[in-house]
Amino acid sequence: MSLRGKAYVAGVFEHPTRKADDKSLAQLHAESAAGALADAGLTKNDVDGYFCAGDAPGLGGLSMADYMGLKLRHVDTTETGGSSYVIHVAHAAQAIAMGKCDVALITLAGRPRAEGMATGTAPRNYGVTTPDVPFEFPYGPTVVNQYAMAAMRHMHEFGTTGAQLAWIKVAASHHAQHNERALLREVVTVDDVVNSPVIADPLHRLDCCVITDGGGAIVVVKPEIAKRLKRPPVKVLGAGEAVKHQRGGKIDLTYTGAVWSGPAAFAEAGVTPADVKYVSIYDSFTITVLVTLEDLGFCAKGQGGKFVSDGALISGVGRLPFNTDGGGLCNNHPGNRGGLTKVVEAVRQLRGEAHPRVQVKNCDVTLAHGTGGSLATRHGSATLIMGRD
Amino acid sequence: MAAAARTIPAPPTNVEVQPFFDAAAAGRLVVKRCLACGESHHYPRTMCPHCGSDRTEWKDASGRGTIYSYSVLRRATPPYAIAYVTLEEGPTMMTNLVDCDFDALRIGQAVRVVFTPTDGGPPVPTFTPA
Repeated sequence: MSLRGKAYVAGVFEHPTRKADDKSLAQLHAESAAGALADAGLTKNDVDGYFCAGDAPGLGGLSMADYMGLKLRHVDTTETGGSSYVIHVAHAAQAIAMGKCDVALITLAGRPRAEGMATGTAPRNYGVTTPDVPFEFPYGPTVVNQYAMAAMRHMHEFGTTGAQLAWIKVAASHHAQHNERALLREVVTVDDVVNSPVIADPLHRLDCCVITDGGGAIVVVKPEIAKRLKRPPVKVLGAGEAVKHQRGGKIDLTYTGAVWSGPAAFAEAGVTPADVKYVSIYDSFTITVLVTLEDLGFCAKGQGGKFVSDGALISGVGRLPFNTDGGGLCNNHPGNRGGLTKVVEAVRQLRGEAHPRVQVKNCDVTLAHGTGGSLATRHGSATLIMGRD
Repeated sequence: MAAAARTIPAPPTNVEVQPFFDAAAAGRLVVKRCLACGESHHYPRTMCPHCGSDRTEWKDASGRGTIYSYSVLRRATPPYAIAYVTLEEGPTMMTNLVDCDFDALRIGQAVRVVFTPTDGGPPVPTFTPA
């Protein structure tokens, strides 16, 4: 059975805050939910399926259903880091196709800035029972130096350069200048990126995404409900998910799980990379985007550096407009989890509701891709392809 | 220039992997090898992640390897080099590169194991240019 046409994205919301000193975590989830439901023209009493991930407080789905007063017949707390919410859209469509729910609500929120979290440069200890911790945590793996090792290896094998990576940030900044809510709106150049301080070789400060508080929500509904709502219908065409890990020490940092999730999504959607008019690519770091574009088949393995150069990702300029909200590199990375906002901007593009300066013409097929966890150790990959009716 | 020493936190060991750290305390690097499929793996498990067999044994490793990838966290105080080193026995393991010039490191470089003390725990295998 294919997901194609079995469910629609009826509502999306990106919380406007970027620093939430005055809001609780549960409140951010609930405000995001209210925003997406209002966007869809539904209320919380219409919701019968709820999806959240590891950012939700307490017992996740239980705590948030209690807080928001939801009456549920389907709950799913799949946790694959920042890619979770892309997977949630697919799981929501599956549940809807099986008749397990009619209106699925997905929420995300986080307050790393308000909580003073050292997001990128402090090693995270996931607890003594986590099997990898004795063999990794002592060595100081941080988010940045792990992705940096993937970048270092890509440069070694394929000759990828810092200037090529920088073009990804440059493109994001060209888009962010039009987004009044973006954390960083200044247009930057390749020189700005490669001359910014090195955080972890070979990644510079401007190769890294922003750290923001915030949240977001998505409402997925069955086709019969989508047809009676007033918003432009956005159809789920296909999805794929994968987990990539260290394979017992057979480590290869040059590719991601997108080599599996991408083909699955394209096959289900019945489209090819050439059909995709806009992509939202998880951009924790510039290297994440480059490797993902290769793995999804937008260019050959090792050719990502050439592919992204010279403005190729800038809307209205290049061949493949990406992250037209400014993405995680410039706009927003709520709770250190960027998957949900990737779906939101892809939906805006399909509706024709992106900023006019970055709206892609005749945007009928979009792709949103999430990468959660670390390129260097273990991560979830999630590809979602959506289209206009 | 020699790298300033970063204090390495103690590895939180458990009963399944204690032999690895007992060996490290004795100055030996060991890897798990599967008697069913013949493959070595890291980090060590009771059950082989390649074939699923529980017939695995601890084997002494040569302590020689090459740098698969690395990154110097310049932002840290003091900066330190995280790396993946591919062992002669096959598996690639996360580690630190120590007692070296960070600016002279390169992928493919030959390295050898040295055991570095941790903050209140057993020493851990780190690597230095061979």
